[in-house]
Amino acid sequence: MSTKLLLKNDHVANINKLEVYKQHGGYASAEKAIKTMTSDALVDEVKKSGLRGRGGAGFPTGMKWSFLAKPAGVPRYLVCNADESEPGTFKDRYLMERHPHLLIEGMICSSFALGANTGFIYIRGEYFYIVPILEKAIEEAKAAGYLGNNILGTDYNLELHVQVGGGAYICGEETALLESLEGKRGNPRMKPPFPAVAGLYGCPTVVNNVETIAAVVPIVAMGGDEYAKIGVGKSTGTKLISASGHINKPGVYEIELGKVSVEEFINSEEYCGGVWKGRKLKAVVAGGSSVPILPTNLILQTSDGNPRMMSYESLGEGGFISGTMMGSGGFIVMDETVNIAENLYTFNRFYHHESCGQCSPCREGTGWMEKITHSIISGHGKPSDIDLLWDLQTKIDGKTICPLGEAAAWPVASAVRHFRADFEKLIH
Amino acid sequence: MEVKFDEAALKTANKIISRYPEGKKKSALLPLLHLAQAEFDGWLDVPVMDYIATLLAIKAIEVYEVASFYSMFNLKPVGKCVIEVCHTSSCWLRGAEEIIQHLENKLHIKAGETTADGKFTIKRVECLGSCGTAPMFQVGAQYYENLTTEKVDTIIENLDKSGKRTTYFDEVSLTAHK
Ligand SMILES: Cc1cc2nc3c(=O)[nH]c(=O)nc-3n(C[C@H](O)[C@H](O)[C@H](O)COP(=O)(O)O)c2cc1C
Ligand code: SF4
Ligand code: FES
Repeated sequence: MSTKLLLKNDHVANINKLEVYKQHGGYASAEKAIKTMTSDALVDEVKKSGLRGRGGAGFPTGMKWSFLAKPAGVPRYLVCNADESEPGTFKDRYLMERHPHLLIEGMICSSFALGANTGFIYIRGEYFYIVPILEKAIEEAKAAGYLGNNILGTDYNLELHVQVGGGAYICGEETALLESLEGKRGNPRMKPPFPAVAGLYGCPTVVNNVETIAAVVPIVAMGGDEYAKIGVGKSTGTKLISASGHINKPGVYEIELGKVSVEEFINSEEYCGGVWKGRKLKAVVAGGSSVPILPTNLILQTSDGNPRMMSYESLGEGGFISGTMMGSGGFIVMDETVNIAENLYTFNRFYHHESCGQCSPCREGTGWMEKITHSIISGHGKPSDIDLLWDLQTKIDGKTICPLGEAAAWPVASAVRHFRADFEKLIH
Repeated sequence: MEVKFDEAALKTANKIISRYPEGKKKSALLPLLHLAQAEFDGWLDVPVMDYIATLLAIKAIEVYEVASFYSMFNLKPVGKCVIEVCHTSSCWLRGAEEIIQHLENKLHIKAGETTADGKFTIKRVECLGSCGTAPMFQVGAQYYENLTTEKVDTIIENLDKSGKRTTYFDEVSLTAHK
């Protein structure tokens, strides 16, 4: 039996309605938190849970919360990152569309823990149709006394707002998101100061991913220690995986971290249902476009010959030489017919389009990498282009204001490292 | 012609503006640009952006620089239905280029262009968070997923018959991708 925490009510009709959500235990965590716990105790539970940010970086959530500055008389903000634009990732959409109250309840618990009285859900503009779903849930929660002034008869007040973006991947980067929320271009800020000290409107702010915030609900319900028993090692709890590409059953799956092997995830009927059309597996991008792509042998097994598991540590085993990352959990599968250089072109075009243009290594480098891969896949490539690509990515990695630079460099590095033959095939 | 929201849109605009703390009204800029684009023919002409600047009491340049940064804002006229086709990896793996080809042949335009009758624009876009139901495109708020060329034909026919301008504020049928 697999453990389901976030999608345990996925089969329940109308779970997007407050009354149905409540019938299935909804808002019990909000009540427990606000009526029986202090904010500090709540932060402690999240620390004990070992929950790591589900937006991509995997930073421990409890620790992040404990960094929040609390100067007297200054408002604090919780901002939910619902920008979800990492290619291959669609789990936040799934959660918000089908389980809006889980996110709202998570926002209530998390805001209470942080002492925030205003929260924003910053959602990518393309998900416009989800805005009324969230707003309806907020309205219902307010009518039931879970939002607004004097929540559940206490002196805690909270207002939540949904903010739409305008179509820009970079606004998923937390400081670009805050700029965008302030009505500006999505240019990432120099850090420090970090948002925990000076975030939205210069006030202390926590930015967390949709799935991270939703996971606070089961953590409050069962307690941090119990949550930490789920999963393996430092990969505690469950994770939503967005599975796409050449598989029989694309979709969003909740897995217990560290308990499912990559091979099982791809082949079992419970998850991806195998590579489509009876073809062989060629490569997997396991955590969204930004993480290194791996060939079959390396994605199924770690360098010491053990099966690779779906966890932060196991996916990362081998570092950049033979490993990859959990990232956002965007799991893209490619069959034997794919030329990886051609797939890389779609990524390079993406990062060039999405670079905000502030730093020259990123702005110019992504442009060059797009041009060169385009030239290779259109049959105009030169043998020296492969090394040029490699060289270019080394000149971006680590030399930019925000991690988009790295995110653009790693797919190139890993494609050249593991699939050089695919480039050579296209160069005559 | 004077650019101005009608009463209903102005009410919505004021409601949006009221969400933000005093002195932070500029936060309403992106939501208001979306509203303006839906109200004024699907794109943001300079007088429209100037009007939004006046509403928020900010400089016009603050509006232009934002409108030009985000890919959902159109700075040139577009067709009544903008077909935003995803061409990123997961969609590409499942035939996005065939879908784009089919649209181009069917509408006799290239991606980036608008049909002579002003009904359709094809726009190539990056990942729309629909990778598990690829290939796909978005028209207004509606996602059309698991596309085949036959499905595309039906969708275009229906949009053509309806003749309405699609916007991101349209009501959406949530069953389309299930
Ligand atoms: C280019 C870029 C894009 C990002 N996009 C997203 C995103 O769409 N959603 C998200 O939650 N985090 C995204 N992140 C990570 C955020 O900056 C931030 O780490 C995250 O929202 C923190 O939340 P978490 O700790 O709950 O994961 C992105 C980071 C970068 C550098
Ligand atoms: S790395 Fe790229 S996206 Fe990030 S700030 Fe620099 S130019 Fe902008
Ligand atoms: S790659 Fe097309 S929707 Fe994600």
